[in-house]
Amino acid sequence: MSVVSVERLGLRFGERVLWDDLTFELERHEFLAVLGPNGTGKTSLLRILLGLLQPTSGRALVDGRPPAELRARIGYVPQQRVFDRDVSFRGRDLVRFGLDGHRFGIGRLARADRARIDRVLDDVGATTYGDAPVGRLSGGEQQRLRIAQALVADPTLILADEPLLSLDLGYQQVITSLLDERRRRAGTPVIFVTHDINPVLGLVDRVLYLAPGAWATGTPDEVLTSETLSELYRTDVDVLRVRGRVVVVGTPDDQHVHHVDHAH
Amino acid sequence: MFSDLLAQHFVHTALEAGAVVAVVSGAIGIFVVTRGASFAVHAISELGFTGAAGALVVGIDPIIGMIGGSLLVGLVLGVLSLRGRERDSAIGAVLAFGLGLGVLFLSLYHGYATQATNLLFGSIVGVSDRQLLELSLVSLVVVAGLAMLYRPLLFASIDPEVAAARGVPLPALSVAVFLLLALTTAEAIQVVGVLLVLTLVITPAAAAQRLTARPLLALALGIAIALVSTEGGILLSLEKSWPTSFFISAVSFAFYVAARVYDRLR
Repeated sequence: MSVVSVERLGLRFGERVLWDDLTFELERHEFLAVLGPNGTGKTSLLRILLGLLQPTSGRALVDGRPPAELRARIGYVPQQRVFDRDVSFRGRDLVRFGLDGHRFGIGRLARADRARIDRVLDDVGATTYGDAPVGRLSGGEQQRLRIAQALVADPTLILADEPLLSLDLGYQQVITSLLDERRRRAGTPVIFVTHDINPVLGLVDRVLYLAPGAWATGTPDEVLTSETLSELYRTDVDVLRVRGRVVVVGTPDDQHVHHVDHAH
Repeated sequence: MFSDLLAQHFVHTALEAGAVVAVVSGAIGIFVVTRGASFAVHAISELGFTGAAGALVVGIDPIIGMIGGSLLVGLVLGVLSLRGRERDSAIGAVLAFGLGLGVLFLSLYHGYATQATNLLFGSIVGVSDRQLLELSLVSLVVVAGLAMLYRPLLFASIDPEVAAARGVPLPALSVAVFLLLALTTAEAIQVVGVLLVLTLVITPAAAAQRLTARPLLALALGIAIALVSTEGGILLSLEKSWPTSFFISAVSFAFYVAARVYDRLR
């Protein structure tokens, strides 16, 4: 059975139709990159899969159930946003919230849970700074902790929303390989929203490309072609392969060319 | 003379009331500081003053008016649950108008001016046994509420996006925390007065968070610092007849400065 099945999903805000028949499935072990310009509903798709947003039509199921029923089993990595220097909590507190932050009460941490947090901190290489105040850590270290937070509850699905934004290249590789390792080892599929395919090009099994009023899905080689994107955008778009990187030229916002830090 | 005073019933009542209020203020302060909502505390207390002044004018118990005013503002802030700059300016605008109303009410009120002064600067030594009981009951409600909401509240304050993704109901939590804050504020006003509520609700928690990054330890330290400041302030004011609220604010500020220095040096 597919982990995610999206069936004829429609979403509109007032007059604006983002999509009205979005359909795809995601199996275990798969890494899906969601690409496309701003305003095509990439983040909205994640919110629907988290059960936080009701689609206008169609349905999305995770493990055959409505997503709101199993939120605690969905690992979510938000956009990289640096914590204030002043914040006063430790990395392990952040990770712990991924386990039981939604429960009522003060809650004593069971021995098994403590061990679990230690293990996941070790998995992401954050053991040395797990007890340091989060505000004192670099953006890359903080994002490692966010991966640990998403993994600690042993998720059946990982949703990541632009997790590489404003990270340097070294950390981009660290973060993507942590997610890759998880899906290889535990089979947890990953949906990875990004405006730049290149940092994950080697890992991606499938691409979902959302364009204004149209979408396409398939392997990167099928979707990231001049033909497919020209059809999606209804204008001439060129997809070039330069030194193993994908460069897209001619989209209305030319987002893949100036992919460094597009404001959202 | 000091020991004579210590034997007095009103001094005992004051110390007990101070302790009760210090515990809730120190506890909720951690959540307020983590949320970055210090300014909201100020707004709630000043509009508590407006409510109390309004109550004086129409001739009902000012404490009822104060709790009413605080709860109303707490509810509005919680429902709006604004963030960042927008929250800042909205609170500033509401606070200014509320204070203006308070000034009007005071000018319309022709009773004893001391009641108004007590509201602004606190009157811990005037607490009656009945008030002590009321303070304790309200504190129990707040502490129970905070204990129940502890994890989701911290999660939502530290990391709202992921908390929402995990199903933590952010709007409901926001309303709940501001209502608890309004109750705490109404209590603290009776000890230190409207103008000095921050000295119990913010200063101890802010000091505690400079001492440790462990959330539960910070909570305990915040309560301890609020307790020492309040009881110390009351005792010092017995020794030297300056206002109690001055001493309380001086002790808690000393803790804050020391905590910052410690944080800088380690």
